[in-house]
Amino acid sequence: MRYIMKKVLSMALTLFVVSICVFFAFSLIPGDPVTRMFGTQATPELIEQYRQKMGLNDPLIVRYFRWFTSFIQGDFGTSYDYKVPVAGMIAEKIPITLTLAIMSFVMMVIISIPIGIYTAKHENGIADHILTVINQIIMAIPPFFSGIIMTFIFGIVFKLFKPGGFVSYTKDFWGFIEYLILPAVAIALPKAAMATKLLRGSVIDEAAKDYTRTAYSRGNTTNGVLYLHVLKNAMIPVITFMGMALADMVAGSIVIEQVFGIPGISRILLTSINNRDYPVVETIIMGIATMVLVINLLVDIIYRIIDPRIEVED
Amino acid sequence: MMKKSFERRSLSALLVVLSTLTLTLSGCSSKKAEDSGTVANEQTESASQEDGSQAEDAQAQSSTEDLSKIVVGIPQDIDSMDPHMATSAGSREVLFNVFEGLVKPDSDGNLLPAVASDYTISDDGKVYTFTLRDGVKFHDGSEVTAEDVKYSIERNAGTDGTDPLISAFSNIESVEIADEKTIVMTLKESNTEFLAYMTVAIIPASNTDTEGNPIGTGPYKFVSRSPQENIVLESFDDYWGEKAYIKDVTLKIEANSDSVVMDLEGGSIDMYARVTSNQVSQLSDNFAVYEGTMNLVQALYLNNNVEPFNNELVRQALCYAIDPQTIMDFVSDGKGVEIGSSMFPSFGKYFDASLNDTYNQDIDKAKELLAEAGYPNGFDFTITVPSNYTQHVDTAQVLVEEFKEIGVNATIQEVEWNSWLSDVYTNREFESTVIGVDASTLTAYALLSRFRSDASNNFINFNNADYDAAFDAAVSATDDAEKVEKYKECEKILSESAANVYIQDLPEFVVLNKKFTGYTFYPLYAQDFAKIKPAQ
Repeated sequence: MRYIMKKVLSMALTLFVVSICVFFAFSLIPGDPVTRMFGTQATPELIEQYRQKMGLNDPLIVRYFRWFTSFIQGDFGTSYDYKVPVAGMIAEKIPITLTLAIMSFVMMVIISIPIGIYTAKHENGIADHILTVINQIIMAIPPFFSGIIMTFIFGIVFKLFKPGGFVSYTKDFWGFIEYLILPAVAIALPKAAMATKLLRGSVIDEAAKDYTRTAYSRGNTTNGVLYLHVLKNAMIPVITFMGMALADMVAGSIVIEQVFGIPGISRILLTSINNRDYPVVETIIMGIATMVLVINLLVDIIYRIIDPRIEVED
Repeated sequence: MMKKSFERRSLSALLVVLSTLTLTLSGCSSKKAEDSGTVANEQTESASQEDGSQAEDAQAQSSTEDLSKIVVGIPQDIDSMDPHMATSAGSREVLFNVFEGLVKPDSDGNLLPAVASDYTISDDGKVYTFTLRDGVKFHDGSEVTAEDVKYSIERNAGTDGTDPLISAFSNIESVEIADEKTIVMTLKESNTEFLAYMTVAIIPASNTDTEGNPIGTGPYKFVSRSPQENIVLESFDDYWGEKAYIKDVTLKIEANSDSVVMDLEGGSIDMYARVTSNQVSQLSDNFAVYEGTMNLVQALYLNNNVEPFNNELVRQALCYAIDPQTIMDFVSDGKGVEIGSSMFPSFGKYFDASLNDTYNQDIDKAKELLAEAGYPNGFDFTITVPSNYTQHVDTAQVLVEEFKEIGVNATIQEVEWNSWLSDVYTNREFESTVIGVDASTLTAYALLSRFRSDASNNFINFNNADYDAAFDAAVSATDDAEKVEKYKECEKILSESAANVYIQDLPEFVVLNKKFTGYTFYPLYAQDFAKIKPAQ
């Protein structure tokens, strides 16, 4: 318990540092919300007037603390660009990106665990060789490329998929899920390939250890040893990887949302950076950072459940 | 054990190599197929302009589809739903459907009465009197009143002590309500062109949330909006004029321009404006391509304040070094219209085609001028280009090659749009930039006012006393012929003093699914959805 307390504290500190970094990074790049607002119709007077009105003329540190105090009170501010509260705007988009990440994660698990175990069990068999090769190739294909290829094959050639035909979950939930299948596959494939490889190697390693021999000598069957003893230990590195992969999937969706025209969190993040919409960018980055930290914490906790011998330092 | 694993590795490696080869080979063959497909498409594309028979074929295939709905792809989200705050061309052209002014442009560039049924302009060009049209309703059902008009004009003029949203509106002395149907606007200085600014959107004075709940008088009303996803419009049943044909219009944001062709072919969008000529060649014959111009002045804009561009001879040398036709050939298959000053052909009487020949490519002449200016060995400079505009980036690339001929080394610096706005446009910290400048209203004033030496938007720092005099004379002239003449004099000065290296008015390709027809070009930024109708 003390461990978790400590961890949460360090998480808060990390988040604080992240928020500072994002805020100050923005002051280094040219342009601000007002230049974007008036575009080529801008006059120096208008820019000045609106900078004043929006509080952009205040020193950076003042602006940071103004943002920070309202942020920790749960007020994420108002989007400069859309003039609507950030919280509502993002809340509408979270389910999109989250569904995509969860779908990819589930696909990754469903694909990698059986194949990983199978190839390890039948090490050096023909299936193992073929699958290893396919694995290598898939690992090398970036999601945006497989995304474009799949859109072309399923969308234009077979007409099974409507490119760009995204529908919001609020209008047609199953249509929404259906549209996300291909993007999820594109994200999941390389991750599944890596997880498979990792699991296979891990199972093979564990199988060579002494305790496995002991388990056999106690009269267990191959499957018994594999599922009761080996797999439990072999899963530890795989879980670390999958935790990281889940965080990475949210980041990976930045590209995939662009390729498939999905108006999720990542699209908002990208355009908000371009439009210098600070409140939105800050909120999204903080959200992503929190998520990564929470996943890390969960992975640590799962470790302990799987293998109580693991001592997480106090 | 070790040996065995090596063998396993080499077997796997062999398989990897083999399958990679297969992939590469199949990649090559599909590329070939694509190439031949392109040629075929080009043929059908060139034929597709006039014939309706193909359209009917396409129609037959999709007769079951709902033609009361159209999905229009737009390259970026609207920057504001408040018509007075929306500045980007992409936003204005869409809001054209939702909002209207006292007058409204038609596709030939005439200003037709809209919310006003009639207007008179005093002979001295100072007093504008508008009569409101009977029965013009806002989308919320209320009728347009003189107060709404006064409010809308004053909001832009900054009468409440703020700075005017439209700088030309600082010329407004007063807006008076004479009676409930008559509005009298008085200007500080006479300006007979001011009518063009009365296209400014009329919005209800009572609406406190123009951004979230935009209410106008146009043929389409706002329904909903989801950031970075879509904007939904619906035809307005009580519209005073000719009603829209298509009931539901969805504007879908196409963040990835590479997926436009696939989205059109796959059916998730029916229309997209401003595709590249390359994309046009990839389209199947289910689509009609409308060809027009973008109505902007594309030029290599030179900062007239920095070395060596403060020297007129240098600027002229650059003008002699380039050939607009070569640029058009490279950038858009030879399409586009050459221009020689800050004016494009849609402006009719104001456009002077003879200025295209002020400079014709002449490498020797250019070198001579450079030598005369003191740069016999040329010089180096930077062209700053906003990276999101492919056509400007491509143009800059051709320019760099053309300048090499006269010994001038240009380097392209691609910047993101917001950096461009801030560094180049607002702070004027640049040497040169390729961009297209458009007109916010249908007046020569809108295009030429920025070159007056004291204009706040004179981002190239052009400073020429003759120009200022000619421009002022043009603005105050009340006689139309004299006005046109003076404006043409302005254009001539810009051309002869080589304010910028003028290139072209870019071609615009609008793709529309053949299920629909009736796309109309306007001489300024406007996508008129009300004119689009089902093909049958």
